[in-house]
Amino acid sequence: MTTVDLAAPATRTAPRPLADVVTMTRRNLLRAVRYPGLTMFLVAGPLVMLLLFVYVFGGAFGAGVAPGVEPGAEGRAAYLDYIAPTLLVLTVVGAGQSVAIGAAMDAAGGIMARFRTMAISPGSVLSGQVVGTVLQSLAAVALVLGAALAMGYRPAADAADWLALVGFLVLLGVALAWACVGMGLSARSVESASNTPMILLLLPFLGSGFVPVETMPTAVRWFAEHQPFTPIIDTTRGLLAGGPLDAAVTAQAVAWCVVIGVAGYAWSRSLFRRERRA
Amino acid sequence: MSPTAPGPAIEVAGLHKSYRSRAGEHPVLTGVDLTVPAGTVTALLGPNGAGKTTAVGVLSTLLRPDAGTVRVAGHDVVRDPDAVRARIGVTGQVSAVDDLLTGAENLRLVADLLHLGRAAGRRRVTDLLDRFGLADAAGKRVATYSGGMRRKLDLAMTLVGEPDVVFLDEPTTGLDPRSRRALWDEVRALVAAGTTILLTTQYLEEADHLADAVAVLDGGRVVAHGTPDELKAAHDAGSLDDVFLALTEPPAATDGTTDGTTSSTTSGTTDGTHETSETTEKETLR
Repeated sequence: MTTVDLAAPATRTAPRPLADVVTMTRRNLLRAVRYPGLTMFLVAGPLVMLLLFVYVFGGAFGAGVAPGVEPGAEGRAAYLDYIAPTLLVLTVVGAGQSVAIGAAMDAAGGIMARFRTMAISPGSVLSGQVVGTVLQSLAAVALVLGAALAMGYRPAADAADWLALVGFLVLLGVALAWACVGMGLSARSVESASNTPMILLLLPFLGSGFVPVETMPTAVRWFAEHQPFTPIIDTTRGLLAGGPLDAAVTAQAVAWCVVIGVAGYAWSRSLFRRERRA
Repeated sequence: MSPTAPGPAIEVAGLHKSYRSRAGEHPVLTGVDLTVPAGTVTALLGPNGAGKTTAVGVLSTLLRPDAGTVRVAGHDVVRDPDAVRARIGVTGQVSAVDDLLTGAENLRLVADLLHLGRAAGRRRVTDLLDRFGLADAAGKRVATYSGGMRRKLDLAMTLVGEPDVVFLDEPTTGLDPRSRRALWDEVRALVAAGTTILLTTQYLEEADHLADAVAVLDGGRVVAHGTPDELKAAHDAGSLDDVFLALTEPPAATDGTTDGTTSSTTSGTTDGTHETSETTEKETLR
C-alpha cells in the first residue's frame, strides 16, 4: 500500500472540452470494436434491404421509377440506381439507433452518474458518443456503397459531388445522432431506447425513398413532401447522380438537419442533468 | 492534505428533498442537518428507504435540494456544483465501470477526463492497480471481473482525482468478509491521508469499526448523531444494532398504506420502547 501520492494535491486543470471529446470518442470507438455485433448490425440491415429490394422487387418496381424502363433486368438496374442513395441515408439512420442504445446503456449503468459527478461538461461527454457514431456510420456507409457498386450501381458524381456528399452525410449523421442521444437518455430502459429510433427508419418509406411521391395518394403524398427525409434523400440522390441539385430542396434538407441537430443537442444536454431517482 | 482551510468538509442544514411523480409529492428528506469535519469518516445509517442514497445524491450534485443549504469541500452544491465536483469522488450502489473496457482502460478514461497528462495519468493508473490488487487483471475486460474486483475498480476510479471528499454508498454490500476488510483498510488509509469520507451502510458493525461519527437517518431527518460510543451510552445499548432499533421507526408505523413487502428488521421494537427512545433522543441530539 503506497500512501505517498495521496498527499500530493490533485491535478485539476482548466476545462478542456475538446480533449474531453477526444477522450470520450476514443472510449466509444473502443466499445464499438469490443462489441462488433452492433456495428455488423449497422451494415447488415441496409445490406439485406438492398438485396431484397433490388433482386426481388426491383424488376417490377424499376419500371415505376423511371420512364420507359422495361421490367426485368432493366428494371432492376433502374431501381438500384433509385434506392442506393436511400440506403446510404438509412445506414446513417441505423447508426443513430446504435447511439440511442449506447446512451441508454450508459444511463442505466452507473457510469453516467460518475460522469455527472465529475467537473466535465455534458456537451463533451455526449459529443464523444456523437463523434464516435458518425465515424462508425461513415464506415458503414462505405461498406453499403461498396455492395451497391458490386451490384452494378454506377453513380455519376464527380470529385466535388463526392466531397459534398460526405459533408452532407456527416451533417445528417451529427443531427440524427444528437436526436438519438436524447431518445436514449429519455428512454426508461435499454430495450425501449432501441425501439424509439425505429420511427426514423420508417420515415424514408413514407417519403421519396423507395417510390416517387407523385404515385402516392394525396394525404400520404402531402406528408411525404413535408417530412425531412424527402429533401434529405433527394439531395443525396442528386449528389450521387452528379447534379443538378434543386437549390430549394437542398436548402430544405440542410435546414432540417440543422433544426434536428440543434434541437437534439439542447434536448440531450438537458436530459444529461435531469434527475434520476436514486 | 491540508492546504485547504480547516473546517467542516460537509455542512448540511435544513435539507429538504421530495420526488414528484404522477401520484403526487413524495418527501424523502425533511430537514436534514449534518456536519462532517474534514479528515473524518461519518457513517450514515438508516432503514431501507430512509433516504441515505438520496442524501448522497444531493451531496454529490446528482440531485438538487428543494430547500436548505449544502456545502461540500467549502462550496455550495447548488451555486457552484462544478467546484464541488472537482473535489469529490463518488462510488454509488450501481457500479460505475465500463464493462467493455479493461480495468486499466477504465482508469485511464477517468485520468484523461481529469487531464492528468500522459505520464502522470499512466503512473496514477499503475499505482491504483497495484494498490487495489488489480494489476494482474488490468488487461482483462471488466465484464470478466468478480463482484469484489468490480467494487475495487469502482473505488479506484473514484480515487484517480485524489478527491478531498469521498462518498461511498453501501460500499461493502455483497462483498465477502475478506473483500470487506480490504475495503475497510482502504478507507482507513484514505482518512489517514486526510480524506473526508461519508459512507452509507446497512452493516452497523461496519459503522462501529470505521466511523468517527454515526448519523442515523429516519423519517427524512437525522435522529441521532455522535460517536458510536456516545450513541451506545446515550441509549444504554450494547451495540449499534440496539441503537438502530431504538431510534428508527418500524416500517409499519411510518406509513400505514404500504403493504407487508418491506423487510421488517425493526419490527421487534414495541411502541413503548419507541416512546422512551424518542424522549432520550431529544436530549442527546446535539
